[in-house]
Amino acid sequence: MIKKIHYREIEGNSVNYYILLGFLGTVIALALAATYYMEHNGHHVTGMTNQIVWGIPHVFAVFLIVAASGALNVASIASVFGKTAYKPLAPLSGLVAIALLVGGLCVLVLDLGRPDRLIVAMTAYNFKSIFAWNIILYNGFIAIVAVYLWMMMEHRMNKYSKVVGFVAFTWRLILTTGTGSIFGFLVARQGYDAAIMAPMFILMSFSFGMAIFILILMASYAGTGRPLGSIVVQRLKNLLGVFVAAVLLIVAIYHLTNLYATEHHEFEQFILLSGGIYTFLFWVVQILLGSLIPLFLFYSRVTKDAPIWTIIGCILVIVGGLAQMYGIIIGGQAFPLNMFPGFEVSSSFFDGVVSQYTPSLPEIALGIGGVAIALIMVTIAIKILRFLPLSLDNALADPHHKAKPVTEAEGKVAV
Amino acid sequence: MSDSKQSITDKPIDNYRRKFLGQLAAVTATGALGSNLILHNFAEARPADQAVTSNVRYGLLIDTSKCGDGCNACVTACNEENGLQDLDRPETDAQWIRTVKLKDKSTARTVSLPMMCQHCEFPPCVDVCPTGASFKRADGIVLVDKHLCIGCRYCMMACPYKARSFIHEELTGQVQGIPRGKGTVESCTLCVHRVDKGERPACVEACEKDGHKALIFGDLKDPTSDIAKRVSTEASTQVRGDLRLNPGVRYQGI
Repeated sequence: MIKKIHYREIEGNSVNYYILLGFLGTVIALALAATYYMEHNGHHVTGMTNQIVWGIPHVFAVFLIVAASGALNVASIASVFGKTAYKPLAPLSGLVAIALLVGGLCVLVLDLGRPDRLIVAMTAYNFKSIFAWNIILYNGFIAIVAVYLWMMMEHRMNKYSKVVGFVAFTWRLILTTGTGSIFGFLVARQGYDAAIMAPMFILMSFSFGMAIFILILMASYAGTGRPLGSIVVQRLKNLLGVFVAAVLLIVAIYHLTNLYATEHHEFEQFILLSGGIYTFLFWVVQILLGSLIPLFLFYSRVTKDAPIWTIIGCILVIVGGLAQMYGIIIGGQAFPLNMFPGFEVSSSFFDGVVSQYTPSLPEIALGIGGVAIALIMVTIAIKILRFLPLSLDNALADPHHKAKPVTEAEGKVAV
Repeated sequence: MSDSKQSITDKPIDNYRRKFLGQLAAVTATGALGSNLILHNFAEARPADQAVTSNVRYGLLIDTSKCGDGCNACVTACNEENGLQDLDRPETDAQWIRTVKLKDKSTARTVSLPMMCQHCEFPPCVDVCPTGASFKRADGIVLVDKHLCIGCRYCMMACPYKARSFIHEELTGQVQGIPRGKGTVESCTLCVHRVDKGERPACVEACEKDGHKALIFGDLKDPTSDIAKRVSTEASTQVRGDLRLNPGVRYQGI
């Protein structure tokens, strides 16, 4: 018989808890100050130009938005695919999903040329624009996941959680399809204009969202002293490994398809061989540090059972993911538009040359501020509502696990 | 409860208030209706030949062989006409029209041409704009509604011609009638303010004044127009014709 799960708010009265809140609050305050500086002076104080129109804020924003839908996977596995072992994690999964999305959207909105016109974006829609659809998809995601959380956390509504979970799962797939299609639908640029962008973003979301979820889970259990069994972490980590491998596969397909078509050779040469920072980010950060090393850490006999290597692996997946986003968003713009095939092109408007981009401090602060917004939302929410089970020990995580005597350390209640 | 309600509404002050509000509503309604009628009459009164219709498709024909060596007259005229200033920040300064130099990689032949918004029939910037700020007029001119633009720059990502500029800073000394503003995107308007008065774009006039006559402006749908006659009898190409956007700007001699 499955043990009843007891969810409890964290006490959140420790010095460390307030230090964390203070730190995140400071980061957010700095991000807001940076936003004011950029909006007051105009974007010329950033690294963004008429050549690189989307910069590091978009790297963070799109990363967070993509990760948000991925963070919901744990809840989906429990509700939609009926894996009861993941059920105790489902409320936290929904919470992290909403928090990451809000963090990402804040960055996106605060980087607009006219953030004061947000109401225009909410009231004037061009339904041929995938951007307009995304506004609906993002807002809808927050609403649906909020209802989903209610169904899961309110005992009387539990019976509806599977249906709402299914809606949320379908919605998140459409959402990431929409985010990938922001790039997939751009016919003008060599690096985009590919249907594979949508499934690639879906797989990226599985990977990035899971890595962030594992880290938040481990941090919140370590911080509160609640027992977190090895089985839960191992299972999530193994799944993350599959997602990392899947992203590698689809990235390989993307580049192989491009390499087959002569018209894309110059772009591939740029990303894979001669692109400087973009080539470095691709091979060293995205592929080696962000994919191959985590895979080794997750599955090698030496490292697979040690939580510290799981943590390092997850951090590397996130770093690799940011590098991948940088490569897609900035690299895709840095490569010149192919306006006149067969010609060398030059002009006063930087036609025909690889565009330079150096992110400025304020825009980096804004991007990191989005991460802080997501984290502070989670930190406060788990204190207010019952998102975290009191225990996630092995016996609870796996009904078939052979129960062992509870040690003193594992039995400890939240600080 | 109902008694107290009764006593409140029976107060003379409330009767006065009710009367006042009623009269105010009547005056407002009459005013609104009246002004609408007046505006409606104005619209009706506008001569049909001045209304923007899809019977017209404005375009440009650019003969690159006539482009003067090192000539920048069209660019200078555009900047002057629309109040574009050189702030000595080439990476963020707005450019509505620019001179592009081409060199054929296999034959080394060189060509120089002006590049600006191509006023596509199927403009990607209009497709991707989330708010509908990017739009195409019935006569084919592609514009940005400065009140709807939120500055997301998605249109700049989508444009195959790098025709659009984002305003990176506060502007001063703007030209009246050319709406521009920090935080929004802009591009060549085909001098819509001149076209609406029956004049030609500033770049076209400047080119003619310089004696090159490399740019021809006109209605592509009017078979008697100079531009329509030329494109129907002479070879011309559309840049990135493979995208099937049907730009209103055509080039010769590339």
